[in-house]
Amino acid sequence: MSLDDLYRRVIMDHYQKPRNRGRLEDGDVSVDLNNPTCGDKVSLQMRIKDGKIEEARFMGEGCSISLASASMMTEAVKGQTVEDALRYVQLFSDMMQGEDIDTDEFPLEDIEALQGVAKFPARIKCATLAWKALEKGVKEPRN
Amino acid sequence: MNRFKQDFPILDQQVNGKSLVYLDSSATSQKPFQVIEAVEEYYKQYNSNVHRGVHTLGTKATDGYEGAREKVRRFINAASTKEIIFTRGTTTALNLVAISYARTNLKEGDEIVLSPSEHHSNLIPWQQAAKATGATLKYFELEPDGTLDIEKAKAVITPNTKLVAIAHVSNVLGTVFPVKELAQLVHQQGGVIVIDGAQSVPHMKVDVREIDCDFLAFSGHKMVGPTGIGVLYGKEALLEKMEPIEFGGEMIDHVDLYESTWKELPWKFEGGTPIIAGAIGLGAAIDYLESIGMDTIEEHDRQLAAYAVEELQKVEGLEIYGPLKNRTGLVTFNIDNVHPHDVATVLDAEGIAVRAGHHCAQPLMRWLNVTATARASFYLYNDEEDIQQLVKGLQKVKEYFGNVFG
Repeated sequence: MSLDDLYRRVIMDHYQKPRNRGRLEDGDVSVDLNNPTCGDKVSLQMRIKDGKIEEARFMGEGCSISLASASMMTEAVKGQTVEDALRYVQLFSDMMQGEDIDTDEFPLEDIEALQGVAKFPARIKCATLAWKALEKGVKEPRN
Repeated sequence: MNRFKQDFPILDQQVNGKSLVYLDSSATSQKPFQVIEAVEEYYKQYNSNVHRGVHTLGTKATDGYEGAREKVRRFINAASTKEIIFTRGTTTALNLVAISYARTNLKEGDEIVLSPSEHHSNLIPWQQAAKATGATLKYFELEPDGTLDIEKAKAVITPNTKLVAIAHVSNVLGTVFPVKELAQLVHQQGGVIVIDGAQSVPHMKVDVREIDCDFLAFSGHKMVGPTGIGVLYGKEALLEKMEPIEFGGEMIDHVDLYESTWKELPWKFEGGTPIIAGAIGLGAAIDYLESIGMDTIEEHDRQLAAYAVEELQKVEGLEIYGPLKNRTGLVTFNIDNVHPHDVATVLDAEGIAVRAGHHCAQPLMRWLNVTATARASFYLYNDEEDIQQLVKGLQKVKEYFGNVFG
């Protein structure tokens, strides 16, 4: 077990300079999720039109892994269809279970860096929080 | 090396290629051979149900179970074993009081007073009791260092205060709260005091008659005993008037098709087959702690905490929460802007186990204005070398996150 497997440079880059951080004023989907065992929080807002995620932004409190994962997730799903987003949610979950997946299927190369989290069982929930918010957000009925 | 370490087989191992440094005893303590063997002996040699069979093993199991109750009584200096109820742990014990006592005795206009530093298990049962009865929740105000000013506390306790619930020792701040003085104040106003002893009973001599508390709850697993066993102490006169909250076997006297009556104390609160192995293990844990002496353990933990505070204060960018003096064996902190999860992961790679998160005290985290903290907690098997390893580990955290940030 090497810490470098967990804290890859690209993860630290997203942690230090999170993409899409902040509130989306004209969003039509808003999801707040907590990880009650550790206190991590993510608040995700998206604007979804005609089955497509036009914009995604997040706010959150948490560790490097949870914030980097949220940053990557929002970057990845912008411009993607809801259908594809759900496919990435599943793919990400499989990756966290340590399954042998094709990381090229993710629309953002950086996500591959989170593969090492699977080796740190205590940290998997940190990485999946934002993706669970995404899943909840696209499945919720919108007005 | 610490002379007690050798009694704890789990400590003699490598974690992630490094010697284990276990600094999470406030979450759960490790178990000595004496406790592990007592549980093993019960299962291997006299496993039987209690209070029913006439056979030899059943008698031996009953003696073991009831013998443990007597050990607990002596350990906290209760007047009678009728006042010692075995529960699943502190949480179950506190819920028993909140459901059986509070919901029957409280009404609209009554006040329940808590501290904002309570563990969720000494907070939510009272929130629920307040909702169910119409009673009001009130909070003591803490000083900036997490201590309680007894003069200010005096003003919060009024004739309407029917119940005060407070931890003897905070699981985050390490503060020792003045429970004896609080008990006096509450009693002057005609109320009762419920003490969460989860973090105090394992670490110091707690005498229920000296404190004059009405209820005391604590867990076996934090005092070198097994998980799944805890204790509710209650004054006999109060317990006598309380109704059971679990019904079934073991707790009944006479059962009819439409009406039943209960056993006498303490068994009326112990429905179902009890936690026999757990109680026997707890008895062995008490024997072990008493063989060392609670005064010795308290002194050891306090010295270690003082040493830890001193050493950690030297670490640049590290902030300690809670009082710097007169604290028990735990130190809660944050370092630079590194999230405690990341701190704990880096320390884990060095074989050092600490707790990271909100420590089941979300309101206290908000009071401290942090989202999470890291906590190192100590027990009799820890020594100064463990603290030195922690400090070295924290330097690694700084190097690691300094590098990746830099």
